[in-house]
Amino acid sequence: MATNDPLIHHSPLGDYQARKSVHPKRIDGPFRRFKWLIMAVTLAIYYGTPWIRWDRGPYAPDQAVLVDLANRRFYMFDIEIWPHEFYFVAGLLIMAGIGLFLVTSAVGRAWCGYSCPQTVWTDLFQHVDRFVDGDRNARMKLEAAPWTWGKVFRRLSKWGIYLLIAFWTGGAWIMYFADAPTLTVDFWSGEAAPVAYITVAILTATTFIFGGFMREQVCIYMCPWPRIQSALMDEHSLLVTYKDWRGEKRGSLKKAAKDPDSYGDCVDCNMCVAVCPTGWDIRNGPDISCITCGLCIDACDRVMKEVGRPRGLIDYITLDDARAEAETGVVRPAWKNLLRPRTVAYFLVWGGIGAGLLFLLGTRTHTEITAAPDRNPAYTLMRDGSVRNNYTVKLRNMEARPRDMRVTLDGLAGGTMWTDEISADAAAQSLEFDVPADQTETIRVYVIAPRGTESQDFSFRVVSLDEQGESDTVQTRFETPGG
Amino acid sequence: MATNKRIDEPTGTETVGHEWDGIEELNTPLPRWWLWTFYATCLWGLVYVILYPAWPLLEQGTEGVLGWTSRGQLEQALEDVAEDRAPVMAAIASTPIADLPLNEERMTQAVAGGAAAFRVHCVQCHGANAAGSEGYPNLTDDEWLWGGNMEEIEYTLIHGVRHPGDPQTRTSLMPAFGRDGILSADQISDVTDYVLSLTDRGSANAAGAELYATNCAVCHAADGGGLRAFGTPSLNDAVWLYGSSEEDIRTQIVAPRHGVMPAWEDKLDPATIRMLAAYVHSLGGGEDFMEVAPPAEEADGDE
Repeated sequence: MATNDPLIHHSPLGDYQARKSVHPKRIDGPFRRFKWLIMAVTLAIYYGTPWIRWDRGPYAPDQAVLVDLANRRFYMFDIEIWPHEFYFVAGLLIMAGIGLFLVTSAVGRAWCGYSCPQTVWTDLFQHVDRFVDGDRNARMKLEAAPWTWGKVFRRLSKWGIYLLIAFWTGGAWIMYFADAPTLTVDFWSGEAAPVAYITVAILTATTFIFGGFMREQVCIYMCPWPRIQSALMDEHSLLVTYKDWRGEKRGSLKKAAKDPDSYGDCVDCNMCVAVCPTGWDIRNGPDISCITCGLCIDACDRVMKEVGRPRGLIDYITLDDARAEAETGVVRPAWKNLLRPRTVAYFLVWGGIGAGLLFLLGTRTHTEITAAPDRNPAYTLMRDGSVRNNYTVKLRNMEARPRDMRVTLDGLAGGTMWTDEISADAAAQSLEFDVPADQTETIRVYVIAPRGTESQDFSFRVVSLDEQGESDTVQTRFETPGG
Repeated sequence: MATNKRIDEPTGTETVGHEWDGIEELNTPLPRWWLWTFYATCLWGLVYVILYPAWPLLEQGTEGVLGWTSRGQLEQALEDVAEDRAPVMAAIASTPIADLPLNEERMTQAVAGGAAAFRVHCVQCHGANAAGSEGYPNLTDDEWLWGGNMEEIEYTLIHGVRHPGDPQTRTSLMPAFGRDGILSADQISDVTDYVLSLTDRGSANAAGAELYATNCAVCHAADGGGLRAFGTPSLNDAVWLYGSSEEDIRTQIVAPRHGVMPAWEDKLDPATIRMLAAYVHSLGGGEDFMEVAPPAEEADGDE
């Protein structure tokens, strides 16, 4: 009866259950080792990436990955993205989204189980628990113990380590947005921007709270992804499954020895529950709590080996395969589920977007021109009857070096131009400009056409005067009193 | 009255002690925190009324002991801006206009400041973006009645055009040939025809040419090119202040209109006038172009 459960609280808002502390037990096995590997790789990428140097010459920063918000540039190794090319980033985000679909349809909640930051940091903090307080039993005992000085000391040192990790995590984040060594010095000498300190404070707090205290509650109660996943999964998705047809009825070795026919393989040792980082009992079936990290598989396989029964009482298996196995006893390897129309379709979409982005990246030019005609006055009639139009022309040099560019009037008979930096006497059909490295040069251009010219469309054409010879054209309009 | 207080059985709450036809009221007072917040806001209101303008009276509201007004705040903000700009304005005021292009930063500031001042003081007549309209000169073209280099533009700004009370103002007066009976109607037709011929319209009739030479050429020049000294418009180009049609030209000969521009010396400070001149000169038709000097090399390279 739920009302007698000491963990059920009564309140005016209704009954709710208090959090049961989770004290996962240490376990070793293939999945645990895989988890270690993923943790090492993801943490190394996160903490280390901003410190990789990448030589781009004298006109660009030498940080391999840099989101330079102040100068509106995004650097990733040899790729430099300008704000108007943000679709590359949007494309990457779409790929990341579809990548999650792909992974989910192929191997279930692998993202949740291994590489989600919440999982990785929770795992890290649980190792801290183990380091400071000992393994499961010691921690449970300490939690139940009264508050002595010894317990206070242990708690404070554990939270201190939490805080250090959290601070390091928050500190690593801002390194992506400025030159990492410079920012580190500025940060510690109190000269960094306030936003740097605020960001570090916020991320330290979220890491400390989410990783140190909320842990599996984030996955179970806060995260939208498990909810979306339930719409992505089907009877061909991998799940961690307790094979009840093999395990039931549970009983200790002693009981089973007395009556072998009525007991299954599960010796009811509770190891699968003890190692679970979210505190779920997998024998109750799949649940949102199960992030499919495979640690219970490691635990169960160990026990099965010890008692001399075949491994895989708990294992990755799809619903369909589980049904077939329960009926026929034939074990179908999990990898055979990888190649399905659904996974292939996701992969094709994912790969298609990736190939498209690569194509765009390879074919984009680093020279661009835009022209905006003055609207008021639309034209100026000059003494000799010729007509002048004014334009704001922008030359974009996306190379990390200064470049000479030639701008030419195209399709305006007799038209010449000059700028506010040269005399009208120097007007010509084409002019040359020195555009600084990695910048957009804004030029005020006066275009004049002889008497009798009619309103018409024409083009500004830019050619880079280097071995690349890149060009770009922009069409605009020349207005005259003739209409 | 309130003597029938009792604990209400189903809710466990005390009643206020009244009863009307068996209906009782539960005593559920405001929460303490709410009450204290209410008192705090009352106190806040009291302090505010003393410090700041609050009560509207017949003529004017109460002033408040701090003496704060929104108008005063605006004035203070404007003063702060003026103070920030003071060094730039002083530098521009002390630089002769011909020397402005020697300093790129100064020139950029002058053109930008002039553009802002133009929108306040000049657009009423010359139009937004200085394109002018009939009777108000277009400042973006290359036709200048009184000279189009920066010094001449600044002079025109300082002293105005036909500004009463300024002896140095730009001034000229064309006789009203028709209204004052100097020329007959036929003569005006002849001379109108001749003026049209200067821009390849109408016929270069001998009578008209004769009349032009006697009456007009002294100011408008023999070829119709106009004379800067008199501020006379040229009659042989495409730019016409009062219109280019035969009717427009005839009207101007019969009873000419003359534009007036105020002398800004009385209204604006020298730096603003200088900035306006630099801006007007930069609109595309300015004469005597001077290349803007690039910024001087920084002495120390650690900036």
